[in-house]
Amino acid sequence: MTDTSTTVEAPAAGLPPKRGAELWSRYGVAAVFLAPALVLLSVWVVYPTLSTIRRSFYDKSGNSFIGLDNYRTLFSDETLRKAIENNLLWLLVVPAFVTAIGLVFAVLLERIRFSVAFKVAVFMPMAISLFAAGVIWRLMYDQDPQQGTINAALAVVKDAVSPTGALPSATPSTDALTGGPDNGMVLNTPLRPGSVAQLGLTGIREEDMPSDATQAVVPEALSGGITGVVWRDFKPGGGTPGKIEQGELGIPNVTVELRDDSGRALERATTEPDGTFSFEDVSQGTYRAAIASKTFVQPYAGVAWLGESLITPAIMMAYIWVWAGFAMVVIAAGLAAIPRDLLEAARTDGASEWAVFRRVTIPLLAPVLSVVFITMLIYVLKVFDIVISIAPGSSQDDANVIALAMWRTSFGGANDLGLGAAIAVFLFLLVIPILALNIRRFRREA
Amino acid sequence: MRRRWLVSALVVGALAIVAAGCGGDNGGGGTEGSTDVTGNLSVMAIWGGDEQDSFQAVIDGFTEKYPNVTVKYTSGGDNLAPLLSTAVKGGNPPDLAALGQPGLVQGFAKQGAIQPIDQLHDKIVENFGQAVADVGTVDGKQYALMFKGANKSTIWYNVSSFDEAGVDPPKTWDDLKQDASTLKAAGITPYSVGVDVGWPITDLFENVYIRTAGPEMYDKLAKHEIPWTDQSVKDALTKMKDVVGTSDDMVGGTSGALQTDMPTSVANVFSDNPKGAMVVIGDFAPGVTKTTLEPVDGYNVFTFPSIDDSPPSVVGGGDLFVEFKKSPAADAFLEYLTTPEAAEIWAKRGGFSSPNKNLDTSVYPDEITKATASALADADTFRFDLSDLQPAEFGGTPGQGLFKLFSDFVKNPNDIDSITQQMEAAAKKAYGS
Repeated sequence: MTDTSTTVEAPAAGLPPKRGAELWSRYGVAAVFLAPALVLLSVWVVYPTLSTIRRSFYDKSGNSFIGLDNYRTLFSDETLRKAIENNLLWLLVVPAFVTAIGLVFAVLLERIRFSVAFKVAVFMPMAISLFAAGVIWRLMYDQDPQQGTINAALAVVKDAVSPTGALPSATPSTDALTGGPDNGMVLNTPLRPGSVAQLGLTGIREEDMPSDATQAVVPEALSGGITGVVWRDFKPGGGTPGKIEQGELGIPNVTVELRDDSGRALERATTEPDGTFSFEDVSQGTYRAAIASKTFVQPYAGVAWLGESLITPAIMMAYIWVWAGFAMVVIAAGLAAIPRDLLEAARTDGASEWAVFRRVTIPLLAPVLSVVFITMLIYVLKVFDIVISIAPGSSQDDANVIALAMWRTSFGGANDLGLGAAIAVFLFLLVIPILALNIRRFRREA
Repeated sequence: MRRRWLVSALVVGALAIVAAGCGGDNGGGGTEGSTDVTGNLSVMAIWGGDEQDSFQAVIDGFTEKYPNVTVKYTSGGDNLAPLLSTAVKGGNPPDLAALGQPGLVQGFAKQGAIQPIDQLHDKIVENFGQAVADVGTVDGKQYALMFKGANKSTIWYNVSSFDEAGVDPPKTWDDLKQDASTLKAAGITPYSVGVDVGWPITDLFENVYIRTAGPEMYDKLAKHEIPWTDQSVKDALTKMKDVVGTSDDMVGGTSGALQTDMPTSVANVFSDNPKGAMVVIGDFAPGVTKTTLEPVDGYNVFTFPSIDDSPPSVVGGGDLFVEFKKSPAADAFLEYLTTPEAAEIWAKRGGFSSPNKNLDTSVYPDEITKATASALADADTFRFDLSDLQPAEFGGTPGQGLFKLFSDFVKNPNDIDSITQQMEAAAKKAYGS
């Protein structure tokens, strides 16, 4: 627009009588052509912006002017402050990562065959909406290894290292047994040769019982030996804890340890289908019976990716996954435009590949890198949809970002449009310097 | 509020089209001598889809009686509240609307945006009882009529899990605790809890509180006449720990419960491979998840148990009809809604609980709706969901106020003193005292 006005002035000095027509043809035509855009811009951009700024000085009802109160709340309210902090974290981490990963991909993919296939794969996430990407990642992050892909993968590793026990959910049926997954479950009563140990467990699903299990029985006492039974101390309705009743099954294939008073395992036995076990030829003294700890090794519980502490990094990761492709494509285009002879010249002069990359490629790529970086800065400031689609309601406070806070404040229940407008204005102010930077750069390039 | 002019314009435009669409239709034989009432009515509520069809059937029942009145229903969806506030500010609200929050009714009444319907007060008391009439009363005047109700004093369970553990639906809190421990002994996780953004836990609290503290205290707490640090609140929180206080009692443990949304918590129970045996959630549970289980045989429901011999009490919600523009047609429509026959039309179609005591419960299409709806209509004590009675920033906003603090309570159920202090602080802020 500034260009137009300067070109107009030159002929304007020429023919005074024709001035009106001249002006019309210069300005009038321009005005006619610009009018639709101007009208649309003022209805959809200028007016809402001014109105939002005005609204931010009013209270929730919109009736009374409260000056800067909304802005004070913005910085004093804990939830909103957390949103601002999170957004800062996003600004610090995400643009840098996206640019760096894009650069690495672009440079490395330039050197391999079939790079197009890889590029397509990396770029693919750009084809889906951020919201959809969020939904996918939310499923992948699910804490239950049965559902969340990431935790399922971790569970495979964990199970290889320490396999889940046969009875992970079992708990003692009475106080006679103590202990847990760490040290096994120990019968409190000391045993001597001739004693019969009863180790009752509950918390085991009927369907999880081995199919060969039979009715539990109390074994005969064995002179010079210790016998006992491990059984599922439960029948529908609960039964009497601690007592072997009709319908309660023994638990087969459980390892029972005979421990001395210091807790060291002396002997091991495995239970029969009716749950009984025996240690023969036990010398005089007191012993403890315990069910080995490996029986109770818990299945992998999964990492709480969506919990309060990991939610923000988890969302960032998903976001970086989406945008790395964009960065890669832009940077690869920049890379293709770098004159090869410069690189060759550097190599001829004996520069190492690393030196070529750092001293030649990067400086030449700088304009492209800054486009990617600045674009990401703006996008990250406004990040919203992926946060709301990944974070479950209970951790939205911990995942909060400015745009989400604005939406939740304005429409999430309290419907405080005044405070919401203040947040919007704040976000707007944050974006302005970056926009200005971008515009200046465009001008320079033009 | 110029910022909203566009929305208002759209609403006004929509209403204009509505009005234009409502043609003559002046002839025809009247029934019951009600052809004298004429006019066009616009009605708004949140109902869409099946619910909209059902409500249209109720409307058709009305226009059969009043052939000279045309009723046009528009669904406002989830945005009903802002839509209506905007329409009121723009000076062109619908004639009638059904609101989900008594707080909104109060707000509109104080603004003078809605008209009293005192002439219907006796009919409302007669059909719905005093408690429901009170919900629609502001400053001693009847403003609203609760046509559709929701019973939130229900606990759903998986029948095969209960059979496997050999337990029966409990009648008292002690039975419930006993059942939970028996389920656990059978290796079944007793509760599926979906903390979601927090509101399902506020519903649990309200149910416990009305039983431990009684309806009078409930009303006081609802109006913030007693502080949240009151001993009665602490006692109720302590009771709640029987359900949410032990990590192993909940599907996925405490951290799993915190990440579970409400529909998932229901799906965990309504499954042929259930992860949990019971879920404490309102009568809308079957509508929020797809299940292969059959009602009654697969999943079933019991009434929130009595605590220390508390009388049957229902905490619930509902849609409250209010009148923005007074007209004989609008009055006639509301009067029609107080009748059991209006309720019957929707009740037969399902997905509806009527608070109308005079409705014959045999019209409900299935046993479960019949049970939950008759518990709602017959309760000695009915109270509206307490969090819905609070200022929205305290009782209705994810991430702040009660929603947040009850999530925090599940996260750390042991520091009751500190959590009640935080609740009181948030309440004070919201009430501006």
